[in-house]
Amino acid sequence: MDARRNVMRVEFSSRSENESFARVAVAAFVAQLDPTVEELTEIKTAVSEAVTNAIIHGYGEREGMVTVTCTLEGDTVEIMVEDQGIGMEDVELARQPMYTSRPDLERSGMGFTIMENFVDRVEIDSRPRQGTRVRLIKQLKSRATPDD
Amino acid sequence: MGLNVEAVHRSGVVVARLRGELDHHTSDAVRARVDTLLEDTGSIRLLWNLSELTFMDSSGLGVLLGRYRRISQRGGKMACCGLTAPVRKLLELSGVLQIVPVYDDESGGIAALREA
Ligand SMILES: Nc1ncnc2c1ncn2[C@@H]1O[C@H](COP(=O)(O)OP(=O)(O)O)[C@@H](O)[C@H]1O
Ligand SMILES: [Mg+2]
Repeated sequence: MDARRNVMRVEFSSRSENESFARVAVAAFVAQLDPTVEELTEIKTAVSEAVTNAIIHGYGEREGMVTVTCTLEGDTVEIMVEDQGIGMEDVELARQPMYTSRPDLERSGMGFTIMENFVDRVEIDSRPRQGTRVRLIKQLKSRATPDD
Repeated sequence: MGLNVEAVHRSGVVVARLRGELDHHTSDAVRARVDTLLEDTGSIRLLWNLSELTFMDSSGLGVLLGRYRRISQRGGKMACCGLTAPVRKLLELSGVLQIVPVYDDESGGIAALREA
């Protein structure tokens, strides 16, 4: 099992033009597990949500670094998105559908709801003024019967 | 990658055709383009043609819902057409499908908005 662990990490500036880069990087890495088009779209969307949050909520006007670590193990994809930004006071509130702290930016408040629907598990570890770590875990159904 | 926005005025309806990826980075351009045409034409009817949208996340929902709010306040109507499976799933999940009508294609959407 351990021998099959495969890890990829990218780190980039909290600039909005890197949102698509993060999605593409993760998708290209996950592609080796032969996910379905639908699974890949779900992963890209969840990554986009977490990375966008790090950029606009975590850092806001400041510029910092966002780290995305993707681990493949068997049929499971784990993605960790980390920032050292402002963090969250109330994670449960943040997870509520339609909750946003930035209605002024026309945010929909649906980011966490989408993550929760598109992957199997979403874990949030956040500390005010220290940063946030969002862990996304998804099991690929397409790999239910391994062919190797 | 990126997003191409084409906004045109057709029989009293502003049609916004999005080609590419709608995320937080590309959302400002969409907002600016569509709002400008709505203001310039005075139209309160907006149709989104999403048939060539290859990616969308919740930032895109924010753009759609923001326009919906403004147009509804003025007694106008907004609709979408050409939904791909992933975009439909996103709109369904977020409840947008319950408030915004969807048509197969642009001509169907324009016809419906003209009657409204
Ligand atoms: N990385 C982060 N750092 C700080 N706050 C965050 C972070 N991610 C999410 N949040 C908080 O959680 C709220 C809900 O996030 P989300 O569901 O993605 O909605 P939205 O991004 O539209 O506001 C945000 O408005 C913000 O207050
Ligand atoms: Mg968000």
